[in-house]
Amino acid sequence: MATRHQKSLARLMVAPSVLLLLGWMIVPLSMTLWFSFQSYNLLSPGMEQFIGFTNYKYFLSDPAFWTAMANTLMIVGGVLAITVIGGVVLALLLDQPIMGQGIVRILMIAPFFIMPTVSALVWKNMFMNPVNGLFAWMAKAVGAQPIDFLAQYPLMSIILIVAWQWLPFATLILLTALQSLDSEQMEAAEMDGAGAWSKFTHLVLPHLSRAITVVILIETIFLLSVFAEILVTTNGGPGYASTNLTFLVYSQALLQYDVGGASAGGIVAVILANIVAIFLMRMIGKTLE
Amino acid sequence: MTTKMRGLLGACALTALAVPATAETLTIATVNNGDMIRMQKMTKPFTDANPDIQLEWVTLEENVLRQRVTTDIATKGGQYDIVTVGNYEVPIWAKQGWLMPLEDMGADYDADDILPPIRDGLSLDGKLYAAPFYGESAMIMYRKDLFEKAGLTMPERPTWDFVFDAARKITDKPNEVYGICLRGKAGWGENMAFITSMAASYGAPWFDMDWKPQFGSEAWKKALTDYVTILTEAGPPGASSNGFNENLALFQTGKCGMWMDATVAASFVSNPKESTVADKVGYALAPEGEKPAMWLWAWTLAVPASTDAPDAAKKFVGWATSKAYTEQVAAAEGWANVPPGTRTSLYENPEYQKAAPFAKPTLDSIMSADLKNPTTVEVPYIGTQWVGIPEFQALGTAVGQQFSAALAGQASVDQALQMAQQIAEREMAKAGYPK
Amino acid sequence: MARRVSDRRRWTFTILAWLVALAIFFPILWTILTSFKSEADAIASPPKFLFFDWTTENYAEVQARSPYFRHFTNSVVISIGSTLLGLLIAIPAAWSMAFQPGKRTKDLLMWMLSTKMMPAAGVLIPMYLLFRSSGLLDTRFGITFVLMLINLPIIIWMLYTYFREIPSEILEAARMDGASLKNEIVHVLTPMAVPGIASTMLLNVILAWNEAFWTLNLTTSKAAPLTTFIASYSSPEGLFYAKLSAASTMAIAPILILGWFSQKQLVRGLTFGAVK
Repeated sequence: MATRHQKSLARLMVAPSVLLLLGWMIVPLSMTLWFSFQSYNLLSPGMEQFIGFTNYKYFLSDPAFWTAMANTLMIVGGVLAITVIGGVVLALLLDQPIMGQGIVRILMIAPFFIMPTVSALVWKNMFMNPVNGLFAWMAKAVGAQPIDFLAQYPLMSIILIVAWQWLPFATLILLTALQSLDSEQMEAAEMDGAGAWSKFTHLVLPHLSRAITVVILIETIFLLSVFAEILVTTNGGPGYASTNLTFLVYSQALLQYDVGGASAGGIVAVILANIVAIFLMRMIGKTLE
Repeated sequence: MTTKMRGLLGACALTALAVPATAETLTIATVNNGDMIRMQKMTKPFTDANPDIQLEWVTLEENVLRQRVTTDIATKGGQYDIVTVGNYEVPIWAKQGWLMPLEDMGADYDADDILPPIRDGLSLDGKLYAAPFYGESAMIMYRKDLFEKAGLTMPERPTWDFVFDAARKITDKPNEVYGICLRGKAGWGENMAFITSMAASYGAPWFDMDWKPQFGSEAWKKALTDYVTILTEAGPPGASSNGFNENLALFQTGKCGMWMDATVAASFVSNPKESTVADKVGYALAPEGEKPAMWLWAWTLAVPASTDAPDAAKKFVGWATSKAYTEQVAAAEGWANVPPGTRTSLYENPEYQKAAPFAKPTLDSIMSADLKNPTTVEVPYIGTQWVGIPEFQALGTAVGQQFSAALAGQASVDQALQMAQQIAEREMAKAGYPK
Repeated sequence: MARRVSDRRRWTFTILAWLVALAIFFPILWTILTSFKSEADAIASPPKFLFFDWTTENYAEVQARSPYFRHFTNSVVISIGSTLLGLLIAIPAAWSMAFQPGKRTKDLLMWMLSTKMMPAAGVLIPMYLLFRSSGLLDTRFGITFVLMLINLPIIIWMLYTYFREIPSEILEAARMDGASLKNEIVHVLTPMAVPGIASTMLLNVILAWNEAFWTLNLTTSKAAPLTTFIASYSSPEGLFYAKLSAASTMAIAPILILGWFSQKQLVRGLTFGAVK
């Protein structure tokens, strides 16, 4: 029932953000687009020339390209799975009557506050190192062979580290959504004889769906560009086992200051990310209505 | 005007006069190794002698530093007045005209005192473009006690075969003693530094004179096979993610019988505060195959051409790399902590020789490095454990990833070499070689 | 009807929750403990947990080496500044999208989110060149502005979601009572949305605090925040774990304390408005 005056006012209020984001997007984006069609290398300035789609052809024909794409999707999928499922479980746990709730909550949220580089370093050297690390020590204590996480399961290790960082975020959002669950409905269901599992699937999960959607959307945006953890632990290796698209752009282009190549890689990554986002919105967008 | 106002104005005027009109700030980008950090604490003599120069330090990890500095210099960003760069970048940047030649450095600077291999690597057309702060080569550090137990004596410069044989003999995996620790983490400055040097000593260059990659050669196959074999048989688990630091930790906790790496490691493993085997370490020169394995690296201070304080910058660079500075460090923290590897006079100093048991091997190593002829065949590039082309960072890392996969057992040596050849051919074609 | 919870159930869950929380917190605990060890102890194997020589030499060295206070101030200014700036722009936008949705609102929201999908590595050089030409390199304003831009989509999204939870009848009632638009936003909407705004603020402060790509590349010394401070401690040559742990502890302590105190706000805020 908005008046026309209000409608135009509304548009006015959205304007600054739209203009800013438009500017933020257009200016660097168009520069990047421009550079992607040039052979521009920082180390040989003054030699730029228009080379059409060569940079794109080069990036897409990189032997690591398809592996990197697959790895990117696996990292996103893996971390989402762990954090959403783990988040729901932890949220349910935290929702129970516990003593010292405040402290427990802070302990669980803490991983989110640490810089990704630092947590990756801690995991790599203090835990996963097969000689000096904690996991190795635990394995040896029970007489088992220590696992070389970063060499044998590089992608899984990265997923583990990133999931550890994002679990608190998911838990927190899901927990507070849980706490708004109508307890009367729960009791009514109980009185009707509903078991714990069916209470969960028919009452709790639907109520959480909106929160889960938000978690998935926000996390996906960040997970598509995981970078620091890979740089610090495996440097994309062994082979291409833990290289994702962002790391590929970095190692193939930025490392040799190939601005043209990096730009082309960036554009490709944006296109792919948008495709993923469209899929996501199709699948879960309805819950946001 | 009230008296108060006049008084205030007067005070302002006096303060304005007191501040020297030519106060300059030098922004210095440095790497965070021990010597550079020590320098930051010792700048008092310089600031006392130059009260109008203020020093602003930006300390970063090596790779981040390199990226930031290169970006800034290439885009003429002007953020830094002095940069710390390695002898890999200096020739490339000097050719681009990005660095100021370091001339007129003062009467007692004595540029001829700089160790010849290092000085030559930093000069273009006879002019010095960067002043070496710290130099290193490679050596083998080994456990004298383990060698004694196995009845082995380490020669001054062993052959690779001797090293492999010794490694197998002293390995005791059930007791966590690994015969040899070597770099395996993927990266142009990580595993590829070692492998490039090792391969060159096997007679395997990166490129032939037509800039064609040589990974299909017999020499490369032998080198990589030996590398993977010995680490699998006598190396620690997880070798494929071990860089310098991980191997350092292993050696210091007594788990490595031998470790070939940069000479700077010697000062760490012989430090009783950090190392449990400090008193049991012996030193030998890097092994030789067809040729001795060479390694030359120097961290240097250079002045970007885009700086707005060239004279002040040159003054600081001259001071930080002078003989007087080393004497200052020696007086404050002992000769063993002086930045090594730059000046002949340091190695002729009997006090230094006494304080640093690894001085002679370090000097011999550096002097035997020949940037222009790292291997048995002629090559179109310079470099000992690196290749002096701008594309090397990305190319080296990509090849390094393949080799680290071979070490991790995820690819055979042949597959790794094939991939490396493919990648290198692709990169070089894109970069337009031969140029 | 009050729900009586058996004591045994309470205890079981308490123990379980504490175990899980400690397991999750363990790496951080380890970092804090390591910051008090000597470098040799930090790499000792078997790992030393509590029984080692506690020392504060790492903190002393970290303090002596870098101007912690300057980095800290920069981090605070940048994080809070970019968040406040973002809120200023986002609140009107989110209001309009939540209460006056048009046909294109959903698309607009998705588009905003998509601006975050460009990998920073691809757009680094253009940004660096832009900053250089406009003299914004190594300025607090420059980096604050960039951080605001990269987080703006998230802020708008979260606010939009919270505003959607607020029943519009209340706002309409206020309107019918003759409240102007400004009054409507300031006196009716904002108080109800405070929890949501607070949690959005907290999330953004954390994201800006930890942002380690643009801060490392667009600042040098004057505007350098704690992320650069930490970056100077991870060295490829030489032991640093104890010192890095000390630097990290000094970097996360403020955020942990902030999180502790704003817990209630955070929890209330994330309840999506349904505090019945």
